[in-house]
Amino acid sequence: MAQEICFVQGNEACALAAMYAGLDFFAGYPITPSTEIAETLSARLPEAGKKFIQMEDEIASMCAIIGASLTGRKVMTATSGPGFSLMQESLGYAVMAEIPCVIANVQRGGPSTGNPTHVSQGDVNQARWGTHGDHSIVTLTASNHQDVFKMTVEAFNIAETYRTPVILLFDEIVGHMREKLIIPEQGEVELVDRLRTSVREGVNYHPYLPREDGRLPMSDFGGVHRYNVTGLYHDMWGFPTDKAEVVHDLVHHLVKKIDYAANAIAHHVPYYLDDARTVLISYGSSARSALSVVEHLRRRGEKIGLLELQTIWPFPAQLVREYVAKAEVVGVVEMNMGQLINSVKLAVDDPRRIYLINRVDGRLITDKDIKQTLRVIQGEGV
Amino acid sequence: MAKRLKKHEINQDWCKGCGICVAMCPKDVLVLDKEDKAAVARPEQCIACRLCEKTCPDLAIEVFTEDSDSEGKR
Amino acid sequence: MTEDTSVRDYLRERFFPHMWCPGCGHGIVLNGLVRAVKELGINKNELVMVSGIGCSSRISGYVDFHSLHTVHGRALAFATGVKLSKPGLNVIVPMGDGDALSIGGNHFIHAARRNINITALVMNNRTYGMTGGQCSPMSGVGIKASTAPYASIDNSFDCVELARAAGATFVARTTVAHVNQLSELIKKAIGHNGFSVVEIFSQCPTYFGRKNKLGGAVDMLKAFKEMTVPLGSEKKKGNPALFERGIFVEKELPEYCQAYDQVIARAQKR
Repeated sequence: MAQEICFVQGNEACALAAMYAGLDFFAGYPITPSTEIAETLSARLPEAGKKFIQMEDEIASMCAIIGASLTGRKVMTATSGPGFSLMQESLGYAVMAEIPCVIANVQRGGPSTGNPTHVSQGDVNQARWGTHGDHSIVTLTASNHQDVFKMTVEAFNIAETYRTPVILLFDEIVGHMREKLIIPEQGEVELVDRLRTSVREGVNYHPYLPREDGRLPMSDFGGVHRYNVTGLYHDMWGFPTDKAEVVHDLVHHLVKKIDYAANAIAHHVPYYLDDARTVLISYGSSARSALSVVEHLRRRGEKIGLLELQTIWPFPAQLVREYVAKAEVVGVVEMNMGQLINSVKLAVDDPRRIYLINRVDGRLITDKDIKQTLRVIQGEGV
Repeated sequence: MAKRLKKHEINQDWCKGCGICVAMCPKDVLVLDKEDKAAVARPEQCIACRLCEKTCPDLAIEVFTEDSDSEGKR
Repeated sequence: MTEDTSVRDYLRERFFPHMWCPGCGHGIVLNGLVRAVKELGINKNELVMVSGIGCSSRISGYVDFHSLHTVHGRALAFATGVKLSKPGLNVIVPMGDGDALSIGGNHFIHAARRNINITALVMNNRTYGMTGGQCSPMSGVGIKASTAPYASIDNSFDCVELARAAGATFVARTTVAHVNQLSELIKKAIGHNGFSVVEIFSQCPTYFGRKNKLGGAVDMLKAFKEMTVPLGSEKKKGNPALFERGIFVEKELPEYCQAYDQVIARAQKR
């Protein structure tokens, strides 16, 4: 398939990227502002001989994709805040049972029904801690459609590499706005398939015994290895256990598997950071406004830069610490009451220079909003 | 072709002594022994219906049969 | 010549004796289930057992098939993903009454509505045994349970009627006191191409039986014989409180995965 140029919504870009990445199975439920992902895939998947199903609710959608993943497929679901809340239990199941899957959450106003057609970035901490228990999670985001495409493909690659759920945390502005997208040629972007076991039939296969390199080979349901998958603490064969040493090792494994990969998957885009005395940190559609501010102020000679984060979780603490080391003022630009900013503050030695630049009325934070807040921070009034 | 009982094998580790096999047997073949495990008391009455084998919740009973016409006629 | 009726090959023997109480009816369901699978001659690699949470759902750990022990109430949703993704697999979903019809009620309705080729076994012991004997939607008015110390005021409902109304194309009921019928119905349910439901009355002597003074396992099995009649029996007219055992629905309608193949065909023709 040759390179293709199109003009699409961010949601469509996500769906097209999922097809590019080799999506086999999508189960979802309509919810604004994510529904276009399901609608696009309801047409694209059967065209490609793959499976699409609209389930009875978001809980069932998350469960169905886990079941499908265990048969050896690349799987995805898409939702927004209220649906994301419903999915948390089974998302935790996928974490515990180490099952590759991708969950797109196109954020809207919250909490509760909030505003389905307006933007917020209110689910950042929920993506990290929405499901109960100690765990680590991968969450990616993007501010423009080319990166929506790139991060969606990357989400599948990370899911398959680390045997984990990956959350794509987009927002209503990126999801619904229309922008140019260049779909690369097939083969141009590397695609990762899960590692499958080479253990032969009749030989003991351990679904949860890591190889020396830390990777966990999988075996498809329907194949020659019959094993158990459970959400209970389990041994290397997948059977329930409550032995102290096994539980200790399992909990450590689930958390460290992702945390130790933080540097390897810390996707970000630095803008004018080399000599920046003021650093803005942002993500998603907020980052578009933040970039506009940085470019304008740079033209006026201000030493300001932007760190656009595309990997939010595991939080790239080391990266952030290095980039803000020489900054006098750090402004975290987000459309919530201050969520990512907490992780930024924890990452540095002197959090007093970290300021929240935010907007929570359902509208996109503008360059004017950001500049105004910066002036107040810098003591210059409005 | 009629079948007749060859033997019962009752797994002593698996049997939990619930007494269901004893109660369900139409011919009073089984009892619970002094360890509260199922045991064969009257094998000669067994009609090889296999109700004990099929009803045992512990899957502890296996009933082995042989053809009553065991000289090879089919 | 000895007939080989051993089902050991279908069990994960290293986990026996199993965790169910002495006399628990679920062991009888396991017994009937593996016998049915053996008689059907299904390849173990082509069978996926998907269960939820509860004593019933522990059954999946004891069988030598692909086993998926999921979260409470959602087994049918996981199973739908397994089956639609790989329709060639035999998917069997044993669930408890609370698991299937309380928290799982919605998924039960929709799996039936889709007529997806999955076999649902509702192991109905009218209680939540694993958590200590709380009342379930199948307990019924007047029942004592750990969360109904003054007797329950909650009505139960007819699982068979729900399955029928939702669109299941094979619906049957039996009890663990009728082991030959149990294996037969499970065989038919697995063999049926569509959503099959077998409701199986099972006893929980430890909680339901004890709290409601129903005696031990043997007494409860005898009660299953007394409170049920074959479908169509005249006795039901004289005593509407009796439950009928048998096949209530058995029809051929488009199966979901096969219908989806038509969607693919239409999509690819454009």
